[in-house]
Amino acid sequence: MKHLISSPHIKNQQRTARVMQWVILTTLPGLLALTWVFGWGSLIQVCLCVSFAVIGEACVALLRKRSVAFYLGDYSAVVTGLLLGLALPPFAPWWIACVGGLFSIVFSKQLYGGLGQNPFNPAMAGYALLLVSFPVEMSTLWAQAQSLTPDPTELPGFSTTLEAVLVGGSAVPDAFTAATPLDVYKHEIPHSTQAAVMTLPVFQAGYAGGWEWVNLGFLAGGLILLWRKIITWHIPVSFLAALGGCSLLFGWDPDQSTPLGLHLLGGATMLGAWFIATDPSSAATSTLGKLWYGAGIGALVYVIRAWGGYPDGVAFAVLLMNLCAPFIDYYTQPRVYGHQRRTRGLQKDEVV
Amino acid sequence: MSPSYGSITKDGLWGNNPALVQLLGLCPLLAVTATVVNALGLGLATLLVLMGSNIAVSLIRNYVPQTVRLPAFVMIIASLVTCAELLMQAYTYELYEILGIFIPLIVTNCAILGRADAFASKNPVLPSALDGFMMGLGFALVLVLLGAIREIIGQGTIFSGMDLLFGPMAADWEISVFGEGYVDFLFAVLPPGAFIGMGLLIALKNIIDRRLAAKRAAAKIAVVSGSKRVRVTGEVS
Repeated sequence: MKHLISSPHIKNQQRTARVMQWVILTTLPGLLALTWVFGWGSLIQVCLCVSFAVIGEACVALLRKRSVAFYLGDYSAVVTGLLLGLALPPFAPWWIACVGGLFSIVFSKQLYGGLGQNPFNPAMAGYALLLVSFPVEMSTLWAQAQSLTPDPTELPGFSTTLEAVLVGGSAVPDAFTAATPLDVYKHEIPHSTQAAVMTLPVFQAGYAGGWEWVNLGFLAGGLILLWRKIITWHIPVSFLAALGGCSLLFGWDPDQSTPLGLHLLGGATMLGAWFIATDPSSAATSTLGKLWYGAGIGALVYVIRAWGGYPDGVAFAVLLMNLCAPFIDYYTQPRVYGHQRRTRGLQKDEVV
Repeated sequence: MSPSYGSITKDGLWGNNPALVQLLGLCPLLAVTATVVNALGLGLATLLVLMGSNIAVSLIRNYVPQTVRLPAFVMIIASLVTCAELLMQAYTYELYEILGIFIPLIVTNCAILGRADAFASKNPVLPSALDGFMMGLGFALVLVLLGAIREIIGQGTIFSGMDLLFGPMAADWEISVFGEGYVDFLFAVLPPGAFIGMGLLIALKNIIDRRLAAKRAAAKIAVVSGSKRVRVTGEVS
């Protein structure tokens, strides 16, 4: 007997595993740029974080008596570990990746019910935990960016980096570690000018201290995601527009505050806009809601960067807007075709 | 008639624990349990106040009209908290400084007013005193347990600064759990760590309760293979 199936006939369903594989693939340009500019550390951090995230996912699956292969087969744990690893400083010791990876998966994803149930982006929850818990390790162990004139002796080699990550201590001399350009600019500009700040060692590798290549890499990856229709344009575009708008409005003078270019091409801007804010389970879902959601993150990132205590604020901005996502969705529900727009509260003529 | 001493004890320590089951007094519970000594200090103060207020409320329960009972209870609790505060000022001044506002805030600990209204105002003095003691003990035990977890994870030590409470003889009680070079895990020291630790403790208690209930249920339904089902045809395989 033949089964009649009614329309719509959707072909080529984007299964979770396929989506996640695309996300992993599209982070490669950014990861390569990170490795090129900051040395092997970023690659090592990504491997560590992915391993710990997968171990955490497998342990929870075993505890819940579910199929481990099924849970790991959707690659979501790999993506969470990957995004966390991309955000960590290259010379951070291994236990940072361990605490971050396990917390991301076990506490901020599985304890809420697993894939799709988490109200917060797991990678960013793990990152925020690390930033709050280990402020020194998280902000000073960034590598001094490699000058783009090829000089292979500038950054520590693979084995030295691995030793610094696994053993810690003084394997990597202080000369190789630095704060991020956003951090340096923010703290130097009140008593300096743009021309003077740009001569500091951290800016020797390029306009945004090497970060411009990283951000362009993530931008390229994000555009591929957009082309594959895995994400829509609303969140990234409103994110970048809000960040840029705030930056032009409040920080137009580069001798007073961080300029627009450094905001867009420094720190985790592009990673946040294309890969983190677009996480489907923690973001707003309606079209108008996505615009509000992205704009909220962009504005909050500017607020934290300009007036907050942290040099970069993507993680906190994303978490704060994750909190607002259900609220945004509630007020931006699209009208169902054939029905009138829902009215909320008592109307004038209803008041008795 | 009042419940038996055994059931009062069991309720206070486990079945109706103020911190794990009633979830009362969470504010001090989460705020001061960064170390064992802080937790123990506040736990003892709460225990004293809770027992005292239960005894006093039970004594006056037949003379205070129903309508003004709550103000009367609060007056009793406030005076007892003032006593506890003065005692801590006199004997453990450094700890008093550390705990700060949370000592006077014991007044607003709902566990105390809750026990006064729910138990002491309806029961004779002896059961009320025991109830206050056991509830206070249950609260203090959870406080100390949470304090120990947070101190171990947060600072890598346990029993640090116990001399604040026990005098100079306790100065070397501090045990370094992970040895030298442990990097402080600030999250556990900050309030969010307290929330997560508390959630894990409650989950642990629920797991234990569920296991016990399952074991009890399994012991009750011991069906002999081959016996008839009730009102059902067929046999139990």
